[in-house]
Amino acid sequence: MNVTLKVFRYNPDVDKKWHYDTFNIEAQPTDRVLDLLEYVKGYLDGTLTFRRSCAHGVCGSDAMRINGKNSLACKTLVRDLGEKITVDPILGLPVKKDLIVDMEPFFDNYKKVLPWFINDSPLPADGKERLQSPEQRERFDDSTKCILCACCTTSCPSFWASDDYLGPAALVAAHRFIFDSRDEAAAERIEIIAETHGLARCHTAFNCTMACPRDIQVTKAIGELKMLTITGKLE
Amino acid sequence: MTNQHQFEVIVVGAGGAGLMAGLYASKTAKTAVISKLYPTRSHTGAAQGGISAAFGNSEEDRAEWHTYDTVKGSDYLGDQDAIEFMCNEAPQAVLELEHYGLPFDRTPEGRISQRPFGGHTNNATGKPVRRACHAADRTGHMILQTLYQQCLKNNINFFDEFQVIDLLMVDGKAAGVVAVELATGELHTFHAKSVIFATGGHGRVWEITSNAYAYSGDGAAVAYRRGIPLEDMEFFQFHPTGIYKLGILITEAVRGEGGILLNGKGERFMTKYAPNVKDLASRDVVSRAIYLEIRDGNGVNGSNYVYLDVRPETVNKYAVLDGRTNPDGSPVNVTGEQILKKLPDIIDFNRVYLGVDPITQPMPIQPTAHYTMGGIPTNKFGEVLSENGTPYPGLYAAGEVACVSIHGANRLGTNSLLDLVVFGKYAGLRAAEYANSAEYTPLPKDPTLNTAQQFDLLRNGDGKENLTDISKEMKKIMFDDVGVFRTEAGMQRALDKLAELRERYKHVRVQDTGKVFNTDLLNAWELGNLLELAEVVTLSALNRKESRGGHAREDFPKRDDQNWLKHTLVWKRNGKLEIGYKPVVITKYQPKERVY
Repeated sequence: MNVTLKVFRYNPDVDKKWHYDTFNIEAQPTDRVLDLLEYVKGYLDGTLTFRRSCAHGVCGSDAMRINGKNSLACKTLVRDLGEKITVDPILGLPVKKDLIVDMEPFFDNYKKVLPWFINDSPLPADGKERLQSPEQRERFDDSTKCILCACCTTSCPSFWASDDYLGPAALVAAHRFIFDSRDEAAAERIEIIAETHGLARCHTAFNCTMACPRDIQVTKAIGELKMLTITGKLE
Repeated sequence: MTNQHQFEVIVVGAGGAGLMAGLYASKTAKTAVISKLYPTRSHTGAAQGGISAAFGNSEEDRAEWHTYDTVKGSDYLGDQDAIEFMCNEAPQAVLELEHYGLPFDRTPEGRISQRPFGGHTNNATGKPVRRACHAADRTGHMILQTLYQQCLKNNINFFDEFQVIDLLMVDGKAAGVVAVELATGELHTFHAKSVIFATGGHGRVWEITSNAYAYSGDGAAVAYRRGIPLEDMEFFQFHPTGIYKLGILITEAVRGEGGILLNGKGERFMTKYAPNVKDLASRDVVSRAIYLEIRDGNGVNGSNYVYLDVRPETVNKYAVLDGRTNPDGSPVNVTGEQILKKLPDIIDFNRVYLGVDPITQPMPIQPTAHYTMGGIPTNKFGEVLSENGTPYPGLYAAGEVACVSIHGANRLGTNSLLDLVVFGKYAGLRAAEYANSAEYTPLPKDPTLNTAQQFDLLRNGDGKENLTDISKEMKKIMFDDVGVFRTEAGMQRALDKLAELRERYKHVRVQDTGKVFNTDLLNAWELGNLLELAEVVTLSALNRKESRGGHAREDFPKRDDQNWLKHTLVWKRNGKLEIGYKPVVITKYQPKERVY
């Protein structure tokens, strides 16, 4: 099938302002959008610039806006888009070149929620694993799937309004540790996410859940965190 | 003017091995980790099925069984002292990950859950053993995330999206690296006492591959250009189950959970090739079996793929036939829901890319290029060794880029993640120890000269040739002629073709002339690495006149311990390739016929 691919272009070395370039490409319905971008870069315009690595939806490099929806280019197929495809950089982070945005503010927010395991108690006497039941493990399973692609955070109207907002991805990271029965720093993290730029900025638009390429129930996770700040209970 | 940095230890690469090395080196030395990707994008994150350790959480297991299985899996080419060291370290290494918070799946008793994997057996019964510690089918993702989180917790210095182009060696000693900052295009010189390469493999040499775009063999190619030898490069693993045409990995854990390979006639064919462990034989054995089935006309619909079937009714049926039970002795009776819980990503990949639902349909699969067994020669402390076996002071390698050799001629599933954690740690420790006692080697006069020259060539070619064409032609001939099965004629054809492609590569010219995120230039440079390594792979393979592990020659179908129980080394000096050998370390296990 013939596909018209419209791509956002901005090269700070030469452009004052962004524009779109349009490419007509023969594509298979099963082609990934990433395959189309690779084709353009390989044969039509070597200057087209984007991030990618694993090409099957687990590394999180190629988050972009595809026909208006935040997605991974390697996990979005032509057959689900039709003959007209428009690709833009994700919103709310400064564009550095074409489809590449500055990820630093995103990772800075992530780092604020103490996204690492904290347990200063002595290890079990046998030196082995800290025990955890399958049910306790299941409690935070969904939020362990996050690949930090930023599809959720950059689909969030509250993040667009203010990048001081921690954003859904950072809150998912907080959820992953707060609900881990082995972790001991829930109180510290709750204090951080309950601040002005945290949970209160989530107005349950559900954009994050719809954008997540890992099918994480992001809004639900944030809801559980909100509930926690109200009840003070981890269950 | 370039940017200068000074760190006692520089780690190149931020996957499992690099992060582990960074964590350990930074305990006693000023350390930085440089990575061309954001660390969480590293290919460790694509590993699925598990990391092995002989805990015996569900059934009896022993480190010595793990050692023997690994030796056997390597087709006796692995160095047995290093293998034993790794398998003994395994339980502590996995516990360390748990203590870092890694969310392993759990047994009903709350311990780390383990599943069977190819080639891992109870040595007394010969039956598959539950040794692979897992977190659903995203174990690598969990390891990568957990180690990155620990690095953040410990304030490790990161240089994200910096691509290392050159290794600086002065009088045989490491002095640092040169990197380009992707965001600005500026060159940076990192002066260091110790340099650790943890840059991963080169699976992008082949057409059908499970490997990330990033897997362009950068570290191995950079070292090789500096005269450092590469070991056992003919041994590259083709994973039996990649998604048809796409090559995306379908974990061996599918078969660990009871999935079965079926040919186009609906026959379970692994009983022919591995009567004892059947579908859970070593990867080289299973990949060859699939090729032979296809060659015999038993592919699905006469095509070049077979089915991997994990539908509940299939799993339950063959569990009865094989006499397999649950750990508590109860009969296997899995549901679609349970399979979805254990293999969520596998189900997702099939639904997204093929429109196939593995709960109700079998998955079309074919072998896919997967893992670099060879690489930069090291000892078990990560010290890089010259062709004479002497270490280069200050130079270390760990993970897939290194050849310790643990995996020999064929790696067992789950041992790559173990390799990263164990040898990443020891390389980090040893590099820091060296840095604590050594002085900085003065940098060469013009440290970025070589890097600038490499880039100039790519910018100033006449543009007669297209990068992507060269890349495609390389991948195709390597998959066809230096793949699962090999012949003299095919490999010679590949070697000739590679020479032609390397010549044509001199005529490419990158279109992007800018500085900011010039990925055009980097892609071109990466292709140069792949071409260089493809030549080493092919030369090594052509030279080894026997079949062993992942290196299967139709013209020499038998293993030949008399002449070939030795490691290959290839190095390049003054533009000339040379081949040498070194003995395999054999301690307890004398080579014998390998049957599964």
